[in-house]
Amino acid sequence: VVTTVLDRPQAGAATTTTSQVQGRVKLFNRICTGVLIAFALLWLVPLAWALDTSLKPNAETVKTTWAIDNPTFAAFRNTLQNTDILKWYGASIITSTLTALLTIVTASMAAYALSRMRFRFKNAIFWFVLAGIMIPGQVLIVPQFREFSSVNLLNTFWAVILPQVPTAIAVFIFKQFFDGLPKDLEEAARIDGAGSFRIFRTVILPLTRPAVAAVAIFTFVFTWNNLLWPLLVLTNPDLMTIPVGLATVQGSFGIRYADTMASAILGALPLVAVFLLFQRHIVEGIAGTGLKG
Amino acid sequence: MSSTQMIPRQTADAAATRQRRPAIMHEGRTATWFLLPFVALYLLFVIGPALYGLVMSFTNASLVKGGLNGFAGLANYREALQSSDFWSSLWHTMWFTILTTPPLIVLALVLALLADRVRRGRWFFRLAFFAPYILPSAVIALIWMFIYTPAIGLADAAMNKIGITAPNWLGSEKFAMISLAVTTVWWTLGFNFVLYVAGLQEIPRELYEASAIDGAGPWQQIRTITIPLLSRTTTLVAVLQVIASLKVFDQMYIMTSGGPNFATRSILEYIYDEGFTNFRVGYASALSMLFFVVVLIVSVGWFAIVRRQEKEL
Repeated sequence: VVTTVLDRPQAGAATTTTSQVQGRVKLFNRICTGVLIAFALLWLVPLAWALDTSLKPNAETVKTTWAIDNPTFAAFRNTLQNTDILKWYGASIITSTLTALLTIVTASMAAYALSRMRFRFKNAIFWFVLAGIMIPGQVLIVPQFREFSSVNLLNTFWAVILPQVPTAIAVFIFKQFFDGLPKDLEEAARIDGAGSFRIFRTVILPLTRPAVAAVAIFTFVFTWNNLLWPLLVLTNPDLMTIPVGLATVQGSFGIRYADTMASAILGALPLVAVFLLFQRHIVEGIAGTGLKG
Repeated sequence: MSSTQMIPRQTADAAATRQRRPAIMHEGRTATWFLLPFVALYLLFVIGPALYGLVMSFTNASLVKGGLNGFAGLANYREALQSSDFWSSLWHTMWFTILTTPPLIVLALVLALLADRVRRGRWFFRLAFFAPYILPSAVIALIWMFIYTPAIGLADAAMNKIGITAPNWLGSEKFAMISLAVTTVWWTLGFNFVLYVAGLQEIPRELYEASAIDGAGPWQQIRTITIPLLSRTTTLVAVLQVIASLKVFDQMYIMTSGGPNFATRSILEYIYDEGFTNFRVGYASALSMLFFVVVLIVSVGWFAIVRRQEKEL
């Protein structure tokens, strides 16, 4: 609409230049699309190659060709039988889900107090929590390891979960969200005689769904993908998470490349599912907060 | 009628009680309960370990002995700053950052600019570029180790096709880090791509329309409108990228174990080796503190830049 209104007064000489420009723009856009598709296909090659290889018999993987002469699921069967990958799935699901759940509960509660309540040292506490964003978790592995070994919690899921729960950035995201909610909602509930916890649970949290979704998905994915910390505290193969398990057994595959690729595909599957289900939340979450693991 | 009269009186009462001191005390007590779970975990697993690590860095603490094992003063720091292993692992980390950051910024920007001009099939590009980012490092490592396998790997096949003798990707000191950088660019580009796509959507379309009427071509528009208006996104992308690259560990640990001949040992892997292979946790704590200072300098630098950009706007 805007362009037609603007175009009309420019009759005569002006129209030739605008049509020339439009022609150039069209050509430019076509070139852009071509280059972009080329890059996207190039980006898909490694994953496609892994899938392709995983469907070959091990003996045929030494021929570097896309053709699959004898397609088989043998590599997937081998991985499921010869590794503890099913146990690793369990460990990853338990630790990632519990970490996400505990993060949401503790961070949203703290953020609510910091956003809505009046109490002494509020600013000091806020800055104290915010300072945590500056401390990379990797810097803390040595003292944290000693901490967990001194209370005999190594080789438990708690050792994986607990240090990953207090993430300052989650408090920050929730606080920003609460700051944007109108205060009348709580006033009305308070007049009805509801206590702070009930107001938080029944009035505020249901409105917080976008922030909860973003924090939940990101905590889940980061916990699932974390390698360094679980690698240190989980040495029992029965308790290993997917990344730790895969990193530990990768040497034992030797030249059974189809099996290796099948284990990579199996390790990737749950997150591919998460990605396809929550694509929009993930992308909007990154764009809105700049979260990065 | 009675209920409508009740409401103002109750709000007035509530307002009155809130102004009195006991009400604030009461809210303080509620606030404590809301804050307690997070703050307790935060003290136990972030602040506590940070202070404990600082203390340990001045001791001879060992993983095989209990306690702090004697005060060492600044000996750990002195040893680190005089150790060629420390400086070489710091250099490897910097080299990795130098190799990964420019392509991860420039390529992400270029691809986002291209994607911004394409109307249909955006989900496909998002899938292609972003899907690798969400996968665990172990999966990425397994796939790329196979691609880099000498003679039968896809990388060798591609090189042979264009008539170049393939190097020993992960096995030579010269190429190992470059190979890891290529893998990392492929793996994490999607994150920066998504940030840039979001930044592009915030630029008002009218600016382009107005400049098109003035006869500006697409290339001119990108140079004079898009890139200047994306400067804040670029700062964010750059700093997040530098910090993420400095923290590199997974790729090296799985794909090269820091080799060949320690050529790809990053600072985090050096901390890991000293603390958990040599059991020297006092020394490893001092290394962690030095690493923390490096990350802190980058973060503070970023804050300074953002402050200046906000003043200019």
